[in-house]
This record gives sequence, C-alpha cells and structure tokens, in this order.
Amino acid sequence: MESFWRVLLLQDHNTRVVLAGACLFGAAAGLAGTFLLLRKRSLLGDTLGHATLPGITLAFLLAETFGVSSRSFLWLASGAALSGVAGMGAVLLIRKTSHLKDDAALAIVLSVFFGAGIAMLSAIQQLPGGQAAGLERLIYGNPASMTSSDAWFVLVASLLVAGVCGFLFKEFTLLCFDESYAQTAGWPVRPLDVLLMGLVVLVTIVGLQTVGILLVVALLVIPPAAARFWSDDLRVMALFAAGVGALSSMVGVVVSALLPGLPTGALIVLSAALFFGVSLLLGKKRGIIIRHLLEREAARRLVREHVLRAIFECAEEGRSVVSLEQVLAKRPWKKNEVVSEIAQLTDDGLLTTDPSALSFQLNGRGDSEARRLVRNHRLWEIYLLNHADVAPARVDRDADLIEHVLDQRLVDELEDLLDEKARERLVPGNPEKNLP
Amino acid sequence: MIWTELDTWIVLTGALTAMACAVPGVFLLLNKQSMLGDAISHAVLPGLAIGFLVSGSRDSFPMLLGAVLAGLFTAVVSGVIERRGRVETGASLGVVFCSLFALGLILIRIAADHVDLDPGCVLYGALELAVIDSAAVPRIVWQSTAILLLNLTLVAVFFKELQLAAFDPRFARASGIPSGGIHHGLTVITALTTVVAFESVGSILVIAMLIVPGASAMLLSRSVAGVLFWSLVVALASALAGHLLAISVAPAWLGWLTGRQDLGSLNSAGMMAASAGLIFFTLLAASHFARSISGHGRTSVL
Repeated sequence: MESFWRVLLLQDHNTRVVLAGACLFGAAAGLAGTFLLLRKRSLLGDTLGHATLPGITLAFLLAETFGVSSRSFLWLASGAALSGVAGMGAVLLIRKTSHLKDDAALAIVLSVFFGAGIAMLSAIQQLPGGQAAGLERLIYGNPASMTSSDAWFVLVASLLVAGVCGFLFKEFTLLCFDESYAQTAGWPVRPLDVLLMGLVVLVTIVGLQTVGILLVVALLVIPPAAARFWSDDLRVMALFAAGVGALSSMVGVVVSALLPGLPTGALIVLSAALFFGVSLLLGKKRGIIIRHLLEREAARRLVREHVLRAIFECAEEGRSVVSLEQVLAKRPWKKNEVVSEIAQLTDDGLLTTDPSALSFQLNGRGDSEARRLVRNHRLWEIYLLNHADVAPARVDRDADLIEHVLDQRLVDELEDLLDEKARERLVPGNPEKNLP
Repeated sequence: MIWTELDTWIVLTGALTAMACAVPGVFLLLNKQSMLGDAISHAVLPGLAIGFLVSGSRDSFPMLLGAVLAGLFTAVVSGVIERRGRVETGASLGVVFCSLFALGLILIRIAADHVDLDPGCVLYGALELAVIDSAAVPRIVWQSTAILLLNLTLVAVFFKELQLAAFDPRFARASGIPSGGIHHGLTVITALTTVVAFESVGSILVIAMLIVPGASAMLLSRSVAGVLFWSLVVALASALAGHLLAISVAPAWLGWLTGRQDLGSLNSAGMMAASAGLIFFTLLAASHFARSISGHGRTSVL
C-alpha cells in the first residue's frame, strides 16, 4: 500500500522520468497512429518495428569502431532509424515494381529484415560478458531502464510528432480521406506521405525503449482503433487516441512498478487492449451496443412506415376500415411484426381499432402522418426516376418532408409528373398546409 | 568451414519446415492474408503458456493444442472485430495479436517461475540445438516431414477448392464450395504448421517461409501449380543457402564490416529468412529488368 502511494505520488525521481517518458510516447503514438489507421496502413508499424532490429544490432557491433558506447540509446536509435527507413523503402520498392499486394510486401520486409537482425543478434549473444542484455531491453521494452537523457529524447521526439501532426492536420486529413483529390488539387502528396511515414519511424524509435520493437505497433494501432468508436470528428478522434495512448502507458508503468517482475511493455499493451474492449462495446459513435440499438430503432421505424402506408393505400382503394388480412396482403411481411406494430400505433393514438371485429382505421393524426409518408414516398420515386441521374446527392428519404430537401418549384413539377404518369394514384396534399 | 552430420540435419530440418510453410503460404498470399502468419506466430504465445500452466509439463501436446486454439482465436476474433466493429482488416488483426502477444509475455513470465520457458527461444528458435538428438534421425526431422506431407496432401486434395476460394469466393460459394470453411481450414493449417515448426526452428523462419517463397515464385510463374512448385524450390534453396551463409560467409563479412574478430557463426534460422529475402529481391530486380527489356508489363522471369 505504501509503495502504491509512492508510485502514484511520483515520489521517486526515477518513476517520474519513466512515467513522463512512457506517457509522452503513448500520446505521440496514438496521434501518428490515427493517420496510419485512416490510411489503412496500421500494420506498417509492425513491419517498421521488426525492421529496426538489423540496424540496432549493426549499430551495436559498429559502436567500438566509431568509438561510441554500445549502450548509448541515441547511437542504437540512429541505427534503428536507418534500417527502419530502409525497410520502408523496401516496402515501397516491392509495391512499385511488382504486382504483389501491400500485405505481402509488409510480410516480406518484416520477416526478412527481422531474420537478418536475429542472425546478427545471435552473434552478439555469443560475445563474452553478456553484452546482449542491453539489446534485449529494446526488443521487449524496459522503460525502467530509461535515464533522464533518454526521457529528454522522448520528450523532444514526441513534441516534434505532436507539433507536425498539429501543424499539418488539414493536409494529413486530406491525404487520408481523398488522396487523389489532394493530388489533382496540387498538394504535395508524396512529400506529405513520406513525412507521415517519417513520423511513424520516429514514434517507432521512441517506442523501442518503452514497449520494445515487437509491441511498438500495438500503440500505433490500438488507441486509434479504440478512438474510432467514439467520434467521427478526426480532431476528437486524434486527441482521444493520444489520450488513450498516454493513459495506457501510465497504467502499464504504475502496475509494473507495483508488481515488479512483470514486463512493462506488455502491461502497457494490455491496458490499451482493455480500453479497446470497452470502446468496442460502449463507444458512443460506432460501439457495438449503440449500433445495435440504432439498427433496431431503424428497423422498427421502417415497419411502422410500411404499416401506415399499407393502411393508407387500402383507404385509397375505398376501404377506410381495414382488416388485418388486407394489410397483410399488401406486402410479404411477418404477421406478428404487423400485429404488434398496429397495437403500438393504436397506443400512440394514430389508429382507431375495433378489437371485436379485428379491424381498424386511421384517425385524424394517423391520417395526416400517413399522408406525409405516402406523399414523400411517391414524390421521391418520381424524383429518382427523373432527376437522380443529375442530383443523387440530394436524395434524403428520411427527411420529414420532401420540401425540406428539394425546392418548392421542383416539388410542384414532381407532383404534376406524378399526376400525369399515374392518374389512378393521386398525391396527397401537404399536411402542414392544412394545419390551422 | 567444417561440415558435420549436424549441419546436414540442420539444413534438412530447415528445408522441410520451409517447404511445409511455403505450401499454405501460397494460398495466404492469394487470399491477401500475408500478415496472418506473423499474427498467429505472435498470438500463440499465450496458448503455449496456458497449455503449459494447465498441464504443468513441457509435454508437447497440451502446449500444441493451446497454441493452435490461440491461432484460431486470433483469426476468428479479428474477423468479428472487423465485421461487428467495422475496423479495417489490418488494424483488427493488429489489435488482437498484439494484445495476445502481450498477454503471452506476461503469462510466460508467471510460468517462468516454475520452469524455463524462454520467449526468446520461441521467437528465434534454436535449430542448432533442436537437431541434437540421441536417435539416429532426430525427432524434429520426422516431425517436419510429417507436417510437410500433411500440407502437400491437403493441398492436393483441395486444390480446386482452394484455388476457387482464393480467386473468386462468390463463385465458389455459388457452386457449393464453402469458401468460408476453406478459409478457416487454411487458418487451422497455418496455425498448426506455425506451432509445430516454431517449437523447433523459431517463429521468424516460419513467418518468412510462409510468404517469401510464394512471393518469389509469383515472379517466376503465372499458374498456381507453377507457383507452388517454385515456392518449394525457393524454400529449399533458402534453407541451404541460409545455413551455408550462417556458418561461413556471413560471420566473415560481418567481422570485416564491423572490424571485429570475435564473432562466431550466426543463427541459421535467421539467416535462412534473410537468404529467402536475398532470393526474392534478386528475382524482383530480374523481373523488373526483364519487363523493361521486353517492353510490356507483367512478364515473369522465365
């Protein structure tokens, strides 16, 4: 309990450094990952992470030649950055020169680079004195080994990522949603793309120490994917992803400080996964539960509209008092669905039902509601037949009244057309005009 | 360079495993599921750990079962997240396998208190150690032969179905071939191959050999049968070249490059993956060159 407060109140200098570094990395990864997710390139992070290994091992082996300490994080990180960029170049090369798919290019570069890295790592592991231990912390991640200077590097790199993302937000958004438009509008699409990939490389390098090369992809993918469930607004989503990234890093670091021995990187990823699970279910915009409710609501409204229209059509044919059989004959639908909807309409005061004769009729409110539906439906039908080739974007069949979407002159024209084409089916008058 | 009996076994095991992976790998490529091998080999880690924790022994079967189930779990759950949560394919796969891998690392850590279960060994494999066996023919040679034969038989039997499901899943469904079932079958086979292979040779060789031979073969041939044949050849060649490089050329080069004299031989599985890459990029350059000479697109090297 005492250690819990020590960690939470940031009483140790080391905890403060580690916590700050990990949170900053999480936020930067969430931010950059958002664009990666929208570009459908999430797994590029995985390939990049794995592709850094040969660079790290080579930098380690070359350290002596260049007179650098083989434990220097900056030195190893520059090796990682170089081979990460090389890996990205290889992906682009395969994409350009062959007809292999993107996923194949990613898998090839990932496995080949990682294989080469493993081969060189094995040479290092045979060196006397357990020198490889310094590299293992980059593979599995060990933020506890972060020093103040490492944390400064993380800080600068994360601020750089955040700054570039913020400054070029509009450009990146355009790149994600409409690359070909950006191209034709004269935006520098290729440099922007390269810049975005560069940011991802930077995030990967920063993540080496926190979560390790194998799991760095997790923080590029999971927080943005979780944020996607909460908002359609890219700005909100990016901030949310950054928040989830930072928060899961924090939770991971705190938990691993309390339960020493468990790998911190893995704990960070697991807490991010927890956030993802919660968002998947409860997300306000795209969560499974809310979407299920909305779908049910939409299905119910559709049945209601169909029932009202069917009764109205029966009334048009001269039977104002309608029986269940007559409604059922109008379209192929489920009987109990119709029965329960009729009961609901009766409760809502749109239908007058005679339970003994199993018949019902539209009352005043029901009649005007049904008129509105039938009128909209028929006018939209005519509109789609005659005009949709030029203006399909204006079709909004859920609009309460067609006049809310199309202008009055067009509606008048449609009404005339409807009269001409189907003289037996008249357009009901606009119910709002009849209101006092 | 001294070539011993052990080297022969290493190359043989590597080659058999590589070919066993190349066979389902061709169809993974065709189905645009190339990252599945990578995903499964990360995701089986908790399966291995749970299998171990439940059975309490390093006996292969419970761990094998756990790992195959974890592999299947990855494929199914990422499918559900993709459809129900409308998350893009790559991202949903990434979410699932990263989370499982992290869980696996933690579970292994817990299990490691009881017995030596090294995540490094699972990832990189120790081909050099695995072939040391008291039997006349090491156990893992039989094991990889068995999985190669199984994969070859399954592909031979379901060749038409696999082809149709890969190229035209709708038509396949319309003509009564359960393309979903074929997909799941492929996932099971991939998981099984991955798990059996990486106990001995490490997952990196598996990930590489699932995709790189097939991709190289696609630069050489245009028919599925041709691609299968050439992928077996590339797998065999990379295993041989990889081990040769690992014990002779590569340490010398690396020593020259880094100015160090103290480097021993390299990890064979890693070098096998790297040499598969060398073969692939050579073929890629050759096919690009051939295309620019012949002046029209999409020419294979042959």
